[in-house]
Amino acid sequence: MAEAELEVRALTARYGAVTALDTVSLRARPGEITAVLGANGAGKTTLLRAVSGLVRGSDGSVLLGGRELAGAPAERIARAGVAHVPEGRGVITELTVEENLRLGELLGTTRRKRRRVHRLDGVYEMFPALGQRRRREANSLSGGERQMLVIGRALLSEPEVLLLDEPSLGLAPRVVAQIFTLIRELVDREGLTVLLVEQNARSALSIADTGFVLNLGRVVANDSAAALAADAELRHSYLGF
Amino acid sequence: MQQFLNVTLGGLAQGAIYAAFALALVLIWRATRIINFAQGAMAMFTTYLALVLIESGQSYWTGFAVALAGGLVLGALVERVVMRPVEGGPELNAVIVTLGLFVALQALAAILFGATFQSFPAPFGLRGFTVGGTTIAFTPFSVFVIGSVVVVMLGLVALFRFTDLGLRMRASAFSQEVARLLGVRVGRMLTLGWAFAAVVGSLAGLLIAGGNLVHPAYMDAVIVYGFVAAVLGGLESPAGAVAGGLIIGLALSYVSGYLGSELVTLAALAILVAVLLVRPHGLFSRVAERRV
Ligand SMILES: Nc1ncnc2c1ncn2[C@@H]1O[C@H](COP(=O)(O)OP(=O)(O)OP(=O)(O)O)[C@@H](O)[C@H]1O
Ligand SMILES: [Mg+2]
Repeated sequence: MAEAELEVRALTARYGAVTALDTVSLRARPGEITAVLGANGAGKTTLLRAVSGLVRGSDGSVLLGGRELAGAPAERIARAGVAHVPEGRGVITELTVEENLRLGELLGTTRRKRRRVHRLDGVYEMFPALGQRRRREANSLSGGERQMLVIGRALLSEPEVLLLDEPSLGLAPRVVAQIFTLIRELVDREGLTVLLVEQNARSALSIADTGFVLNLGRVVANDSAAALAADAELRHSYLGF
Repeated sequence: MQQFLNVTLGGLAQGAIYAAFALALVLIWRATRIINFAQGAMAMFTTYLALVLIESGQSYWTGFAVALAGGLVLGALVERVVMRPVEGGPELNAVIVTLGLFVALQALAAILFGATFQSFPAPFGLRGFTVGGTTIAFTPFSVFVIGSVVVVMLGLVALFRFTDLGLRMRASAFSQEVARLLGVRVGRMLTLGWAFAAVVGSLAGLLIAGGNLVHPAYMDAVIVYGFVAAVLGGLESPAGAVAGGLIIGLALSYVSGYLGSELVTLAALAILVAVLLVRPHGLFSRVAERRV
């Protein structure tokens, strides 16, 4: 079972002169959803991209179960068990639904030779809409179906850590609720470590265990999800609800 | 009627070669957004390898196999050593590097193999089949040309459709970033893509050379025709490249057969310009295919 803690220590990332992450430290525990909140441009996406190796040349440390990942190329980090579902979802639209899922499965196979938790059939059971469209180009999927596809694909890769960048973006509230419920169930059942980046702070905090609030690349608050949601000052200044 | 048949058959055989060459260009374009202007020079180089072996007493087939294997190695080397530093940078840099490679390989070939015309053997007869008492412009070698191109294409289709490696290669071509996030070693896939493309290019080089004269610049015209074929097919699609190759082969054969062979290059250019003006995304592109 996945039981790896993700720890980020003093992570700093720059785009030219812009410091997008400034000595960010945080911890995400197995079996918990850790929300990362903050306004546009706060550095949330950059944080996930630095963890998964897409932003290179960042300073600081990223530890997965005590193993250093910082500086490794993205494909190695993925193989170490970090599944990053990028902002804008990361569906390869030219491939079919099943081919997208197969890519996750291939990674899962290289990661766990014997014991697999997730299978293609299981994903189709979880998301019947995908099963019906398995041979279609992923291009033909709706926003919600794409979200299902990338979550299913990430699960097939048998990750320890799931990095989700705004999974609610552009989805109807009902679909968002469905997807959040599903993520909660998965975490409870499998002990996944989830880092959930969201604009939609209210819904994110409703399923998260703990949360970090970023502003201008710095951590400005860190508490239990309930405490963050109860902090009127914080909600007003950074969370917009 | 007789002439039409001859011109058509000749065009198909030529077209198959252009198709292979266009396919090599498309494979690299899809994966790296680079037009490999050195493709022809690379094919010329490996064809000379075959010629050296054949002239030293080896069989045609040994030369053939070594040229294809040489293409594999050369393609991989070129990507790793020459292209890797400019990949992902400004597109013009990559273009200039492939042009530089083109010039360098031609110069190197002239030094190593000589700048003179040398005849290259064909493994099968070059005399046309006889049908109903008349000889047609379709030779046993034409059968080999079309057959080997078809085999290579089926092989590529099988690779991309039915194997895990092919899926990883396609994922890398369509979205490097997502492929990386799924643990695909994208760099390795690009190297393989160049290697496979160079094999297909080398095949085209060998087939053009068969029964003809080779010299360091003998592929230059093929680069143009192969490029036109690839553009005709939309640059993105392997199937389009094949169709484009056949169309160019036929069109040029008709021009040469009915209007005069001196007009062939001009006709290729006219087709290219016409396609770019009327259907810049190729003859077969679905309208609004790439909405972003
Ligand atoms: N590729 C880039 N080049 C230069 N600057 C960038 C780049 N990507 C992000 N930035 C800058 O870095 C900062 C953090 O951006 P980031 O995308 O991480 O924010 P975010 O919290 O994900 O915002 P959003 O909620 O809008 O997605 C911003 O100031 C942004 O302008
Ligand atoms: Mg973002």
